[in-house]
Amino acid sequence: MIAFILRRLLQSVMVMLTVALVAFALFRFVGDPVASMVGQETTLAERAEIREALGLNDPFPVQFVKFIARAVQGDFGISYRLQQPVMELILSRLPATLELALVSGVLAFAFGVGFGVYTALRRGNWLSGTIMTVSLIGVSLPTFLIGVLLIWVFAVELQWLPSFGRGEVVQVGNWWRTGLLTESGRASLILPAITLGLYQMTLIMRLVRAEMLEVLRTDYIKFARARGLSNRAVHFGHALKNTLVPVITITGLQMGSIIAFSIITETVFQWPGVGALFINSVRFVDVPVMAAYLMLIALVFVVINLIVDLLYYAVDPRLRVDRANARS
Amino acid sequence: MTDFTPEDRPNAFARAWDSDIAWSFRHSPLAIVAAAVSLLIIAAAIFAPWLAPHDPFNPASLNLMDGFTPPMQPNQFTGNVYWLGTDNQGRDVFSTILYGARISLFVGFMAVLFAMVLGITLGLIAGYRGGWIDSLLMRIADVQLTFPAILLALLIFGVARGFIPPSMRDAMAIWVLIVAIGLSEWVNYARVVRGAAMVEKSKEYVQAARVIGVHPARILIRHILPNVMGPVLVIATIGLALAIIAEATLSFLGVGVPSTQPSLGTLIRIGQGFLFSGEWWILLFPSLTLLALALSVNLLGDWLRDALNPRLR
Amino acid sequence: MKMTPILRRARAGLLAGVAATALVVSGSVAMAETIRWARVTDALTMDPHSQNEGPTHTLNHHIYETLVGRDDDGTLTPRLATQWGISEEDETVWVFTIRDGVKFHDGSDMTVEDVVFSLDRARTPPSGMAALHAAVEEVTAVDESTVHVRMAGPAPLYVQNLTNTFIMSKAWAEANGVEAAPNFAAGEEAYSVRNTNGTGPYRLVERDPEVRTVLQVFEDHWDDAPAVTEIIYTPISEAATRVAALLSGEVDIVQDVPVQDIARLEQTDGIRVVRGPENRNIFFSYDMSSETLASSDAATNPFAEPLVREAMALALDRNAIRQVVMRGESQPSAAPLPPFVNGWTEEMDAFGDPDLARARELMEEAGFADGFSVRLDCPNDRYLNDESICQALVGMMAQIGIRVDLNAQTRSLHFPLIENWETDFYLLGWGVPTFDSQYVFDFLVHTREGSYGSFNGSRYSNPELDAKIEALATMTDLEERDALIAEIWAEVMDERIFLNVHNQVLAYAMRDSISLDVHPENQPRMTTVSFD
Repeated sequence: MIAFILRRLLQSVMVMLTVALVAFALFRFVGDPVASMVGQETTLAERAEIREALGLNDPFPVQFVKFIARAVQGDFGISYRLQQPVMELILSRLPATLELALVSGVLAFAFGVGFGVYTALRRGNWLSGTIMTVSLIGVSLPTFLIGVLLIWVFAVELQWLPSFGRGEVVQVGNWWRTGLLTESGRASLILPAITLGLYQMTLIMRLVRAEMLEVLRTDYIKFARARGLSNRAVHFGHALKNTLVPVITITGLQMGSIIAFSIITETVFQWPGVGALFINSVRFVDVPVMAAYLMLIALVFVVINLIVDLLYYAVDPRLRVDRANARS
Repeated sequence: MTDFTPEDRPNAFARAWDSDIAWSFRHSPLAIVAAAVSLLIIAAAIFAPWLAPHDPFNPASLNLMDGFTPPMQPNQFTGNVYWLGTDNQGRDVFSTILYGARISLFVGFMAVLFAMVLGITLGLIAGYRGGWIDSLLMRIADVQLTFPAILLALLIFGVARGFIPPSMRDAMAIWVLIVAIGLSEWVNYARVVRGAAMVEKSKEYVQAARVIGVHPARILIRHILPNVMGPVLVIATIGLALAIIAEATLSFLGVGVPSTQPSLGTLIRIGQGFLFSGEWWILLFPSLTLLALALSVNLLGDWLRDALNPRLR
Repeated sequence: MKMTPILRRARAGLLAGVAATALVVSGSVAMAETIRWARVTDALTMDPHSQNEGPTHTLNHHIYETLVGRDDDGTLTPRLATQWGISEEDETVWVFTIRDGVKFHDGSDMTVEDVVFSLDRARTPPSGMAALHAAVEEVTAVDESTVHVRMAGPAPLYVQNLTNTFIMSKAWAEANGVEAAPNFAAGEEAYSVRNTNGTGPYRLVERDPEVRTVLQVFEDHWDDAPAVTEIIYTPISEAATRVAALLSGEVDIVQDVPVQDIARLEQTDGIRVVRGPENRNIFFSYDMSSETLASSDAATNPFAEPLVREAMALALDRNAIRQVVMRGESQPSAAPLPPFVNGWTEEMDAFGDPDLARARELMEEAGFADGFSVRLDCPNDRYLNDESICQALVGMMAQIGIRVDLNAQTRSLHFPLIENWETDFYLLGWGVPTFDSQYVFDFLVHTREGSYGSFNGSRYSNPELDAKIEALATMTDLEERDALIAEIWAEVMDERIFLNVHNQVLAYAMRDSISLDVHPENQPRMTTVSFD
């Protein structure tokens, strides 16, 4: 057990280092940070000075080692653009993204499971056919277009919901600002959460449907029926229960990609989260913020992976060798 | 997204193709419509140079004053009429859609091909050889999953910008897109193929072949690969829709093909700027085309998945 | 204007009293009025000297003040300085008389020491404002209301460089360790990035970069109380979302209105759009000096050939760009400077109709009958419809056989190409914050050497012209100087260093109960807002 955990931890560290290298290598080539930091009047000599002061002239390995050493301590330096410590900047934006990701994840899960079960049980029924087809629209249009269309309908034409931002936020503790406690905060969350969750919902719905169909055909369910259990008990007590393990696993693993995909949703809705911070940083070539963001995404993913691994190990030691089939 | 594993259906693909699949297709109106729509758009894209009334990629043929002509109405300055109107550069929307679909489909097909070849190769190697190669490849797959297509494309574009001289960037942009989208998809193929390879390699006929000295590559290609063609085809179909949408999404983030040679996604990005200003046709027609294309390909993938899984029939 | 400290304080008190009465009398008018203001980007920092950047200055003008301000028509107005001029004894010395009774937001009085400190801070790197004060040798306080700025030589236009240099409190800066402008490389956040202590009409009460900034009226401000008492400033980067926020009533003023949405907004009930010329000109330029072009298939540099440059000018249809790309929201022009800049004349800005037949003849005459290929570098997030303008040019150049390959990218990638001479053909927009042609010549025309010519991407180099440009800086006879400017312009226009497109026109959209004029440098002041 300990050897397994250690090996997994070591692998996670290797993953993080690889991501760090990839991220860092990239930043040597994305534009010229100095050009975005200085005004049009700055002379060439002054630019060279800034470049030197930032360490941009050091050899690549030296810069990378320095970067890793500081990153381990949570120090990603100062944002070139906003002149604030990067870690503080990211921590102050993270709650917005996590709230959005969580709410859209929950929405996607609830509707995905609901629709999935329905379409599995009522296969061939016109409504489930409609649900299946309409849900595909969610994955057949680019996210940004869906967001813009939602804004147009619900904010501009109907004026029911806000078009941008997080509404009023409330400070909870030192680090967390939440929009969930105010009415405008909750209203602001609806459109972005739908936009972000639509894709995941379709994914979960199809997965639940397929798993349900598989399970419903197993001998286990046939025996349950033979024993005279009601349809309801069979469907929800037995079939769904057996379906949920892989579904929850995949939903968990999707959280990382929800956070990454929030880049687009946050840009469209001016949602003040880390995704919007990242894409603005890309535009301004704010290297420290970009590096920290990529490391953050990798960390979230590695942690979720590790938890899933450990859970699997706890549930069924036979699975520890390979859980690829369970989640692919 | 593969909710079935190869061992569920030994040789399902080979057995089903001649009779069952065809039968299933004939009895699924949705699949027929989806196939017709996909084929129509694909054909229109392939024959765009002959079908399109204008060549929107040839700047010399454009007249800026034709810009913003509404569909079926004469332009206020030039008097020219266009079926679906023109965009902000005076490009005929209909022709631009045909040429744009060509680029979207090219990116989609090439990305799928790239992901498929890479995924199948690595999956076969990992599954057949096992051991440290397997765990290394699967760790790489984990790292890969950390970066969704969007992040990956931003990364690759960033790196490519450092290596590719500016004069070649436009020409390279499309290949960078293909590599980025393909790289984010290969894991799906690899997982399925690896699973199949692991199961098959312990079977007696493979063992026997090995004993008599058949080259492993031959075993893999002749015996293991055909078993996974079904799920691979499903992944590829859905992957095509995914790739087309991913390309569109990336164009919104400013990563993609140049605006002088727009894809469907680039057209939609340009069009959404005119959502409030009344030039609805610049957004509507490319969006509908993309929707029709992605939806029908997705529906085909859906149908194929069900059709290939005998237990669901 | 000599006053004893006691008298000055008394006067300040009296003024405050008058202001207080005014507030009471007009109590019904001066109700709490909040303005929700949205634009495309946020200020980069609240530090008054760190960045020389438009959006940063725009917000800081509400919190900090400068010695001199600028009217909407470009003339200088008194702000923290009541008077200014060149010393009669020494033509290298500028004399500023500093306003009395000005308080910082922390309640302390503003003194000449603060002015000296601020000018010194602004002119010392890593301040982003240093280049504007490069000619300053020494700043001294000569008495309690007079500051002398001694220049390296005569500098008749120096005061024009002061409209974005803010005055901060010396004591506050020292107490918080921000005696110098923040340094990126220092590795820690400077206090002044998110905290302020200015003399301006508003106090900073909340600062969440890129999310929300809240300002509240400063009761002890020396000037009349503004109608707006609270400002909520929100950057919204997506154009469609920004317009939607105004249409749905979530913001009151949108500063960066996409040109295509102006007509729709004007037709919307309850929304008003105001327009005005911006101090910014958009033009193309090209490498006219190199032997060959890196991105071209031509054996020689076609841009070095005057006939080719003339043909390109004849092929450019400025009115079509205005009509279609800009939806009528631009002022087509032939000279790269806005009309309100000193040195502009109607003649130099005039242009004829495009003449493709003549242009093709010229191309043939120049030996490029079959045209040539070249890459055009263009920003896609800096100017109004920048990429679309470039795209339109691609079509126009194609008409005379120039095969243009468009490379549009974000500004942080685009500008280094010009600065490092890595582009053969590019789009650039240029504002003239000093309202004088010399600024254009210094950066765009003079040979690249030292602090000159850093944006001279044309590689144009003319020692005679350089000498004339350098002479401008120290000429005190303004008539003679204007004549020299005209002479330089004649040469520049004759050489066709710039293929000019238009002057940008700004549009602000707002709730129709609000009035706000367009500011030529795109730095609107909420103090000038009035309510109907």
